[in-house]
Amino acid sequence: MSASLIEARGLTKWYGDRLGCRDVSFDVCEGEVLAIVGESGSGKSTLLSLLSGQLPATSGEVLYRTRDGEVRELSTLSEAERRFLFRTDWGFVHQDAAQGLRMGVSAGGNVGERLMAVGARNYGKIRATAEDWLERVEIDPTRIDEKPTAYSGGMRQRLQIARNLVTAPRLVFMDEPTGGLDVSVQARLLDLVRRLVADMGLAVIVVTHDLAVARLLSHRIMVMRRGRVIEAGLTDRVLDDPREAYTQLLVSSILQP
Amino acid sequence: MNAPTPTPATGYAFAYLDEQTKRMIRRAILKAVAIPGHQVPFASRDMPMPYGWGTGGIQVTAAILGRSDVLKVIDQGADDTTNAVSIRAFFQKTASVAVTTKTAEATVIQTRHRIPEKPLTAGQTLVFQVPIPEPLRFLEPRETETRVMHALADYGLMHVKLYEDVAKHGRIAKTYAYPVEVEGRYMMDPSPIPKFDNPKLHMSPALQLFGAGREKRIYALPPFTAVKSLDFEDHPFERTKFEAPCALCGATDAYLDEVVTDDRGGRMFVCSDTDHCEERRAAGHRGAMLADTAGNEENVR
Repeated sequence: MSASLIEARGLTKWYGDRLGCRDVSFDVCEGEVLAIVGESGSGKSTLLSLLSGQLPATSGEVLYRTRDGEVRELSTLSEAERRFLFRTDWGFVHQDAAQGLRMGVSAGGNVGERLMAVGARNYGKIRATAEDWLERVEIDPTRIDEKPTAYSGGMRQRLQIARNLVTAPRLVFMDEPTGGLDVSVQARLLDLVRRLVADMGLAVIVVTHDLAVARLLSHRIMVMRRGRVIEAGLTDRVLDDPREAYTQLLVSSILQP
Repeated sequence: MNAPTPTPATGYAFAYLDEQTKRMIRRAILKAVAIPGHQVPFASRDMPMPYGWGTGGIQVTAAILGRSDVLKVIDQGADDTTNAVSIRAFFQKTASVAVTTKTAEATVIQTRHRIPEKPLTAGQTLVFQVPIPEPLRFLEPRETETRVMHALADYGLMHVKLYEDVAKHGRIAKTYAYPVEVEGRYMMDPSPIPKFDNPKLHMSPALQLFGAGREKRIYALPPFTAVKSLDFEDHPFERTKFEAPCALCGATDAYLDEVVTDDRGGRMFVCSDTDHCEERRAAGHRGAMLADTAGNEENVR
C-alpha cells in the first residue's frame, strides 16, 4: 500500500512483565487524522512513543514513508536521521506545554528553533516567519519577545503548535493537546487545530481520553483497552454505533450538562 | 621582569609530570589536532594549584615543553600578574626552561583569556587555559546530550541563544567566549578570550591547544584552520571597537583594559597586552598620558 504515510505492524511493548500495548496494527494516510482513545493506562501514550521512535518496541515494526518516497522501518533509522525527521517531517505536541517549549526562551525563539536547526541563518527572515506563525495561531505578534511563562495555558498550547508546524511537517503526534485547559479555550484550540490540519493537509495521530476531541478532529478512531485495540473505524460510526461493550460504556459515560 | 630566577627544584621529572602522564596527554593532543575543535577527554591530574588557575593549560604545556623551548605566560594579556608569574616560576623551577615576555621570542605561550596582539608565526604554540570547554553547557546541562549534539552537528540551539540576544539587545551581546565553528564542523568555545581576539584564531600559522583541567578535556586548532564566529546573515559578527586609543602607547588596533585611576571618576584605557604596549613605547609611540614626555625612558607600568 503506497498511500499510507505511517504504518504499524503488530506493535507490542512489554515493560518487563507488564504490558504496554500488544499487537497493534494500523496505517495512516497523508492528510488523515487518527484518534486513539481509551482510559488511563490503556497503552495510548506507549503507542505514541513507539510510533515516534522514542521507545524501542518489543516486537513489531513501524514503517514510515519519507519525503523522497522511500519506506523506512523506524528502528533502522540512525539517531541522526531520527532527529532530522523530528525537526522537519514530524511534530510532537505535548499535553504539558512546558515539556514541548523552552520556557526560558522567548516565543520568537521557540518558533524559530526548528528553522535554525535546519540551517536558517537570517535573523530578519526567522523573525518574520515567527511573527507570521504567531498570527496564524491567534497570538498577538507584538508579544513575540515575551517568554512562554508570561502566556496563559491556552496560549502556550497554541505556541507549541506553531513551533511544531513552522517547518511544515507531514505528520504530527498530539498527546492530549487539550488536557488541562478550560472548556471554552479547548473549543477554540480544537477549532484552530482543525483549520490548520485541513489547510496544511497534515496527518495527525492524536491521543486523547476526551471523546469530544476525537469527534471534532479525527476521521478515524481506535479504542484501546488493556494494551489492545478493541475497536477501530470511522469516528462517527464508532461513536454513534459502538459495537464493543467497553466502547458503549465509554460513549455512554460522557456527561451531559 | 626583574624577579630572580627561581632555583630548579630537585626530585621532580622534567616539567613536573611523570613521563607516562605526559605520554597520555600527548596522545590526547594528537587526537585533538587530528579532529580540530573536537573535545578529547584525558585523565587530568591534580596539579599543585587550585582548579581555575590554569591546571589544564599547565598540563598541556608540561606535555609539549622541551629543554630548548622559550616560554611566555600571560594572564589577560599581562606578563606580570599573579597567575602568569606563578606559572612561569613553576616551569622555571621544574623544567629550567628559558622564559621571556617577548611574544616574538617565545616558542610556547601559555595564555589565560587573551591572544597576543603581535601576529603569531609558524612554529609557535599557543596554550589556552579553559574553564568550561563545552560551548553548549549553559544551554543544555546534560553531558550525554551535548555529546550527541556534537556527534550529529546538531547546533541549532546555539543560534536560539544568539536569536534571543538580537531580540533582546538588537545585537549579539556575547563579548567573550564567543562560540566558533571549526572547519565547518565542530562548534567550539575559544575559552573566555574577548571576541576581539576571535578573528586571530582563523588561519593562524601557530598551533593552538586548549586544556581544561577540571573538565578533563583537550581540544586544538592545528595551524591554518578555518574558524568562523557564529552569527546571522543580517547580524554579522563584529569585533569589539574602542572609542579611545591606548593612553600609554596610542594604539588604536589593540584590545584595551579600563583602569580606574582615582576615586573621582578618573579612568584610562591601556593595552591589555603589556608586551605589545611596551614594544610600541620603545619604538617611540606615545599615548595621551605620555604625550608630553620624551622618547627614551623607563617603563611606566
